[in-house]
Amino acid sequence: MIYLQLFWTYFKIGLFSFGGGYAMLPFIQDEVVNKHNWITPSDFTDIIAISQMTPGPIGINTATYIGYTVTGNVWGSIIATAAVCIPSFIIVLLVSYYYNKYKNSKLVKSVMNGLRPVIVGLIAAAAIMLINKTTFINYGSWIIFALAFILIKFTKIHPILVIILAGIAGYLFY
Amino acid sequence: MNFYLDAFLTFSKIGAFTFGGGWAMLSLIEKEVVQKKKWLSEEEFVDTIAIAQSLPGILAVNTAIFIGYRLRKIKGSLVCFFATTLPSFVIILLIAMFFTQYKDNPTIISIFKGIRPAIVALIAVPVFNTAKTAKITWKTAIIPITAALLISFLGVSPIFIVLAAIVGGIIYGRYFDKTTKTEKP
Repeated sequence: MIYLQLFWTYFKIGLFSFGGGYAMLPFIQDEVVNKHNWITPSDFTDIIAISQMTPGPIGINTATYIGYTVTGNVWGSIIATAAVCIPSFIIVLLVSYYYNKYKNSKLVKSVMNGLRPVIVGLIAAAAIMLINKTTFINYGSWIIFALAFILIKFTKIHPILVIILAGIAGYLFY
Repeated sequence: MNFYLDAFLTFSKIGAFTFGGGWAMLSLIEKEVVQKKKWLSEEEFVDTIAIAQSLPGILAVNTAIFIGYRLRKIKGSLVCFFATTLPSFVIILLIAMFFTQYKDNPTIISIFKGIRPAIVALIAVPVFNTAKTAKITWKTAIIPITAALLISFLGVSPIFIVLAAIVGGIIYGRYFDKTTKTEKP
């Protein structure tokens, strides 16, 4: 039963993948390419490429895309996408409930005091790991990066507008 | 405007323009949810990321559910969740159905060559804003720097960094920190 397999596989991905985004990819690849042979490795690379070019979380993108490709209909997409989010829903709601209840306790405050500085490092790592040859193809890329950084950090311009401007720059210069 | 409609529009806007995954979404959330709508303070925003990141699953989804729950309990979390995921779901479904070749289109390729470095900037800006909120000083900067280096250059899984931070926070709170106290609500 393909739908059940799809549901179970994506449920597991949602439950066990930590770190979000690209940290999830090896896990997804192991399940859908190596274990189930639902798609070929080159299809998987294509899905990543498409995910990078479309908005939205990469975990959702692969679920929607693979769900459709494997079953050939929309239900596959819906089931895979729902399955990858259900664990988050349960876990985040439970944690939210207890966090709101105990956020004034010393233990929770100490945990948050430990986490806060590390989160800054985690975000920095997410940015550093994108500094590669696919993202920065030449000096122009660095100019776009610098301008985008200055605009978002020091002006009131909306980040969405910055993305659109960068897209126009790409269309004009590449 | 009705709160749920407002939240739905805000989060679907965030979902529709989040290129580059959950981390790139942070700048947008900060702009919309913290600065424009003032639904969260800067501190709450950092705590939200800290919690959403420490749990398994998709960061963007976790963040949306967490913020939704904070604002209007379960109903709020459902609204924020659907709003965040719907745009990408629809777009990917259409691509899977009709345009599998679109990734080879030269115009699309050019546009994304421009967008990709801007995404890195989008992720880099919250580093500085959250550092300020987390009250990072020159002395404590060693913590985020070490975390970033371990993950990006040594390939250490973020989950170990998060666990170490939780343990470190508890030990520091238990033995060294005399100022933090349990508050009775």
